[in-house]
Amino acid sequence: MPDVIDHAVTATPTRPFPHTDLLDTADLTAADITYLLDQAESFYEIGQRAVKKVPTLRGITIMNCFYEPSTRTRSSFELAGKRLSADVINFSATGSSVKKGESLRDTARNLEAMGTDLIVVRHPASGAAAYLAHHLSVPVINAGDGCHAHPTQALLDLFTLRHAKGGLAGLQVAIVGDISHSRVARSNLLAMRTMGMEVRVCAPPTLLPAAVERYGCRVCTRLEEAVEGVDAIMMLRIQMERQGGHTFPNLREYAARYCLTRRHLALAAPDCVVMHPGPINRGVELTHELADAASSLILSQVTSGVAVRMAVLYVMWGKKKK
Amino acid sequence: MYDLVIKNGHLIDPTHGIDRPCDLGIADGRVAQVGGAMEGRETLDAAGLVVCPGLIDLHVHLREPGQEWKEDILSGSRAAAAGGFTTICPMPNTVPTNDNASVTRLMLKRAEVATVKVRPIGALTRGLQGETLADLGELFDTGCVAFSDDGRGVQDGLVMRHAMEYLRPFGVPVIIHAQDDCLFDHGVMNEGWRATELGLRGICNAAEDVHIDRDIRLCELTGTPLHVAHLSTRGGVDLVRRAQVRSLAVTAEAAPHHFLLSDAEMPAFDTHWKMNPPLRSPADRDAVRAAVIDGTIAAIATDHAPHAPEEKERPFDEAPFGIIGLETCLPLSLTLVRDHGMAMRDLIARLTSGPAAILGIDAGHLGPGAVADVTIFDPHATWTYDSARHFSKSRNTPWEGQPMVGRAVYTLVDGRMVYRDGELVAA
Repeated sequence: MPDVIDHAVTATPTRPFPHTDLLDTADLTAADITYLLDQAESFYEIGQRAVKKVPTLRGITIMNCFYEPSTRTRSSFELAGKRLSADVINFSATGSSVKKGESLRDTARNLEAMGTDLIVVRHPASGAAAYLAHHLSVPVINAGDGCHAHPTQALLDLFTLRHAKGGLAGLQVAIVGDISHSRVARSNLLAMRTMGMEVRVCAPPTLLPAAVERYGCRVCTRLEEAVEGVDAIMMLRIQMERQGGHTFPNLREYAARYCLTRRHLALAAPDCVVMHPGPINRGVELTHELADAASSLILSQVTSGVAVRMAVLYVMWGKKKK
Repeated sequence: MYDLVIKNGHLIDPTHGIDRPCDLGIADGRVAQVGGAMEGRETLDAAGLVVCPGLIDLHVHLREPGQEWKEDILSGSRAAAAGGFTTICPMPNTVPTNDNASVTRLMLKRAEVATVKVRPIGALTRGLQGETLADLGELFDTGCVAFSDDGRGVQDGLVMRHAMEYLRPFGVPVIIHAQDDCLFDHGVMNEGWRATELGLRGICNAAEDVHIDRDIRLCELTGTPLHVAHLSTRGGVDLVRRAQVRSLAVTAEAAPHHFLLSDAEMPAFDTHWKMNPPLRSPADRDAVRAAVIDGTIAAIATDHAPHAPEEKERPFDEAPFGIIGLETCLPLSLTLVRDHGMAMRDLIARLTSGPAAILGIDAGHLGPGAVADVTIFDPHATWTYDSARHFSKSRNTPWEGQPMVGRAVYTLVDGRMVYRDGELVAA
């Protein structure tokens, strides 16, 4: 258990996780994912205690480099690092050397030179995390790069589902919303297929990416079809900031066709759960009532998120680059 | 007694239908004799080598004036010579744009000390803005050989119509970079599974095809020759082919990367695979390749687009489009002969008589009296492409460290050797 492990800071912990960075779920095997979820269980337990701190990463420096606005993911990572007793520094894009034209790589290398042990990065460009991982010798954890990947979100979604359902294999999940711009969808599609789950995606055609069926999912444009008999429904936020402006007529029509209501839930399996990565738009992605219903795991996802990120930080620290 | 006799080579001159062992005599910078006994003050033994007209690249970016850290006319011409090219046509998207005679004059002045011949292409519209016409007549009078807004597509159909109509009497082609900006929608790679996987914005084929279609119709309407630059789509190939069947003055070029590579094999987020038009699907690549082989695409042109390392070493979205190509074009193009059944003489035509015909210039052949721009290459030479040792200022290529088969050995401009065996020859 973590609070009896007193890591000698100089030691490289040998843990069975053969990755030097956590960039996306595409690289993770079922064994990798299961390992991370199992590690997260013990950290979840810590979050239930009165004193939620363990010395696991004491003396370790974690840099959260967020080039994109984020409150919940950044807070989640910050909390995860602090509960592990690490020194957590938050670096945000505004009001920094980014404005002075310093390249992403130079910024990160400067931070590395200060003795950072782990870098968590969120960036609006797909591939930015891989780019940094290529240029740095400390482990890079992707907190969301453009539309490409958000591995810790997928992991916490799986953790939450596993808690709710007792297992993952064979579960049927519907993912609904702006799939084309969603790194959450991509990371979940990959991880869920790896874990033997069946996924359906649902969106108007303008919000489905090219060749999306190659994720091995069923493709639906009607919500009723997507949710029929499923064990879990994941709603994605309509990302107004990424829209060109004419992928659907207006929010009223979008909600009429894609907002999850009790009527839709009745078509799903009896114990179907509702998820959302947040922040939610009540009345657009799901009804006001469903957001707070017993079937909603949205707040559980947030709680799981801190535990999963504690596990990720714990597992990734000490991974040396080749 | 000629100045130079090239002996024992295999001469391929598509224009004159020559494809056989044949000696070449050069005097006063021109071809003096083709075949038969001859003597020269100097002799060049071309045994085992192919001798052909100097290669012509009608689509390069030399970045001068304005972006000389990437390349300039001199360094670009050196890279050209090393690649076996004797004539290159720089596009006008310089800084400032080559949309007025003073910029053309500057480029031609720089070209006086260049290693190979530089024939500028003038802008179609001022500043490439697609709104008003560039100084077309003055550009032509100063020495531009064709016109293009390359780098950008002309969005307004009426502007394109007027540009083409105005240019009809000049007898030179309008070269189009086919791109509808709205459909292009800030894309960075081909739309498809790879783009979806990587979470990158896709550029659909239609963004290119709608302009090819529009401009073919304008070619028919105006009677001005149309040349499609860097053709990358199977739909575009189809449009060009059908226009040619109808005897419209429509031609096209393709770059080696579009007939050899596809988005399927692109390494994740590798900006050395980022160019515009993007690498398309395998089906598009195959269609472009077939069109190069059957002659629908009559020219191979590199779209040599140098960029500095710090510009390309950025997250994929932020890196500029383009790769260099002058020094790898020949070996890459020879794969069509080696692996895809193309006749060597046809390949040579795509790099010589084809481009010359498109531009309407008297070049790309070695008949008696022709200017002695000659390329002598070894089709079997094996080497490894090491951009650290090449002549371009830039190194943005997907073929770094790759094995190459085929290489220019000697490059002659006006009968004078400018490149020999891996080294430039001092002027």
